[in-house]
Amino acid sequence: MRFGVVRFPGSCDEVDALFACRRFGEAELLWHKDRDLRGVDAVVIPGGFSYGDYLRCGAIARFSPVMEAVTELAGDGGPVLGICNGFQVLCEAGLLPGALLPNVSLRFVCRQVEVVVENPDTPFTRACARGDRLSVPVKHTTGRYHGPGLAAEQVVLRYAPGHNPNGSQDDIAGVRNPAGNVMGLMPHPEHAVDPLTGSVDGGRLFESLAMVPV
Amino acid sequence: MSAPAAAAHRELGLTDTEYDGIRERLGREPNALELAVFSLMWSEHCAYKHSKKLLRELPTDGPHLLMGPGENAGVVDVGDGLAVAFKVESHNHPSAVEPFQGAATGVGGILRDVFAVGARPIAVLDSLRFGELESPRSRFLFDWAVKGIGHYGNSIGVPTVGGEVMFEAPYERNCLVNAMCVGIAPRERLIRSAAAGLGNLVVLLGARTGRDGIGGASVLASAELSAGDASKRPSVQIGDPFEESKLVECCLELLERDMLASLQDLGAAGLSSSSSEMASKGDVGIDLDVSRVPLREADMEPFEIMISESQERMLCVVEPERLDPVLDVCERWDVRATPIGAVTDTRRLRVFDGDEPVGDMPVEALVDDCPLYDLQPERPRRPIYPDPPRRLAEGAGAAETLLALLSSPNVASKRFAFEQYDSIVGSRTVRRPQVADAAVLLLEHGGGGAIAVSIDGNGRRVACDPYTGAAEAVLECARNLTCVGAEPLGLTNCLNFGNPEKPHVAWQLTRAVAGLRDACLALGVPVVGGNVSLYNEGVEGAIYPTPIVGMVGRLPDPGAAPSIAFAEEGHAIALVGPFAPSLEGSELEKLRGRLADSLPEVDLAAQAAALARLREAVRSGALATAHDVSEGGMACALAECCVAGGLGARIELGRASAADAERLFGEGPGGVVIAGPPEAVEQVAGARVIGAVGGAALELAGALSVPVAELRDAYEGAIPAAFAAGA
Repeated sequence: MRFGVVRFPGSCDEVDALFACRRFGEAELLWHKDRDLRGVDAVVIPGGFSYGDYLRCGAIARFSPVMEAVTELAGDGGPVLGICNGFQVLCEAGLLPGALLPNVSLRFVCRQVEVVVENPDTPFTRACARGDRLSVPVKHTTGRYHGPGLAAEQVVLRYAPGHNPNGSQDDIAGVRNPAGNVMGLMPHPEHAVDPLTGSVDGGRLFESLAMVPV
Repeated sequence: MSAPAAAAHRELGLTDTEYDGIRERLGREPNALELAVFSLMWSEHCAYKHSKKLLRELPTDGPHLLMGPGENAGVVDVGDGLAVAFKVESHNHPSAVEPFQGAATGVGGILRDVFAVGARPIAVLDSLRFGELESPRSRFLFDWAVKGIGHYGNSIGVPTVGGEVMFEAPYERNCLVNAMCVGIAPRERLIRSAAAGLGNLVVLLGARTGRDGIGGASVLASAELSAGDASKRPSVQIGDPFEESKLVECCLELLERDMLASLQDLGAAGLSSSSSEMASKGDVGIDLDVSRVPLREADMEPFEIMISESQERMLCVVEPERLDPVLDVCERWDVRATPIGAVTDTRRLRVFDGDEPVGDMPVEALVDDCPLYDLQPERPRRPIYPDPPRRLAEGAGAAETLLALLSSPNVASKRFAFEQYDSIVGSRTVRRPQVADAAVLLLEHGGGGAIAVSIDGNGRRVACDPYTGAAEAVLECARNLTCVGAEPLGLTNCLNFGNPEKPHVAWQLTRAVAGLRDACLALGVPVVGGNVSLYNEGVEGAIYPTPIVGMVGRLPDPGAAPSIAFAEEGHAIALVGPFAPSLEGSELEKLRGRLADSLPEVDLAAQAAALARLREAVRSGALATAHDVSEGGMACALAECCVAGGLGARIELGRASAADAERLFGEGPGGVVIAGPPEAVEQVAGARVIGAVGGAALELAGALSVPVAELRDAYEGAIPAAFAAGA
């Protein structure tokens, strides 16, 4: 599996995501001005504040040249994972349903939370079983998921009871598109791949992706 | 609006003697631009005119030192070809005026100091002081300063890994916002700020220049230049973390490709100070053409361009043949880059507006010739600060006292603040806030060595006794590092004091610097740089004298670093000393409405030796828990270990000590609570076993028994409750 991790100006977690991917496959950074995905098999849109996010989170990034190529890859069924700001970008780009709203607290929150795997039947969670609890951190100001009419099977991850950090609808932490090859989540699996820095549970998502036949 | 020229210098904060000195060095009257530049370069902020002589007393050399005071940040060698740069700086007055932008740009400024030496910023810590939380103003300042720090640090992708916050009435009008940044670089990539190479180009990188941060000089704008509009510009700078994040990546790429001859950030006094300091260090001159500086507002005067404190700008020196590749890198990162001048052999800072010369000043006069003043210290005969109001009823029992201390905002959990900071971006953070006494950061991804960082200070104790209080700040910082197994390599400090022209403030400053010096000497830790913030006074008088100390230490095995949490039923708990607790200057004394006028003397050599012994024990990996005894004394330290681990403890202090407030709640340097398997704990030199982990309550035999849930509610609930009560 060759992962490509997009780097926008203002991305923060792209190197973290790159290292997380490299634990399970090959990985390289993709520059926001390039339309060429250099033949990668899967794309990760990382966390951060793309282009400063001064307008609305992800609203500028969706217009970047690299997103044209990512949209094309997604249309061809290629796996695309958006983490935090990446989730916001994918919603803005229309590749995922719904939107991310400001946290109920109106504050940034950085906290280790537990999420429950609701749907293990995706390219992102096939290394997990339904009901698995994963310990992963969240860190965001705009992470309250709102997705009216979302089909049940599109909910991939839910915050465990008492762990919802932002007031997200139905405790939703991660969703997929109807086709199942695009996923977004607010928690940061790339920050849960090393026992020294907290948890290894997030590695399961990258491990799942690495199992996708290329 | 045309005031006589002679008055202009006074309005800019220069004395008549200083003005005469400027005239003498120029051999003529300064023009308005030169006067503006001199007034900033000769300000306390840039010239340290009341503190420079004193700071010379601090030890600045050590075996690990790579860059000391005078560079943008101090740098120490951490081995394996890696260097760590760090510095703490204040942004107090801007934060008191506008806490969000004040704190945000405080973070932005200290980040620039660190990447200006070629290091990638990997951590931010902050030390904050506000008035008591009952005060709506203090809650407002605290709330928005925290938001500002988060806004900048989170957006730029540098984790905020630690810090401290305290609340005391003397900070009500003059809050303190000190920010420390830590960066990492391969040794060979470090760069200095000295301009070099005649004919080399001076290139301005980053944001456009606007009128923000012009501050005191706006007086000149209206008096001298009679600009039609005397509207007050906001003198607090506005931060743009997105611009800075591009600037960081761009500068680091330029350095990685070895394209720059020198690099310097633009901080206080903007272009004036950055260019003249680069020239001074390189023994050269610099010509600048202000007409080439990209502006945010078209009609800016040359003097405004020279002194603007617009954020997110850097100045670099580039060989002419490398200009095109430099501009290419900048374009790739969408960072503005404009050649605005050149290095000369004149040793003068010459300013042009196109072809027209508008200023010509000797570099040496600007940077080195500001008159330095001797302090006139005088020990005050009466207490300077009023006693704080009593908050704890006389005759309160031990349990009531413990809960009151845990819910005192100085002791209580600062989760409210640190959860608003990204503490993990970068994948280096092995110990997050409130997990251990110091933050632990990996030097390289995926393992290897690590560093520990901490920032400490307790102004109230320094108010009681400036010498001992300042020495204690150094010891506490070193102790926090020791609790995770790290050996201090260097120290940075920020001296936050009142008006040094007042004899009692001069006395506080003099004694505090002596305390810092002696503690650094005892520990063998050099001061690698820092910052002085004077004139911190409200209408009621000076703030508590507040030296803030930040340290970086190296530890071999981050996986072995203990946390503050009790980990397992049956672990033995011990107290490591030398620890002679006293109520003087303690949090309990504050709650009882008293402020002492002295602290017990400290044996610095014994403290240093004890830290070295404890470090060895921690590094063995046998200890699960290590937590420094600080505010609230031993009982609070034990309660914090219980809350963190969700486990109780049974403690036997002996009959005589059990009900003794001094034993339970007294403070002083040296005390550390450790826990681990009994056979490991018993072997630690100087450790006295006092109990064991277990149960669901903290039991101090003969004194108190409080369920851990109740301890947690007090400790975690206090600050949210203060906001809820005021909402």
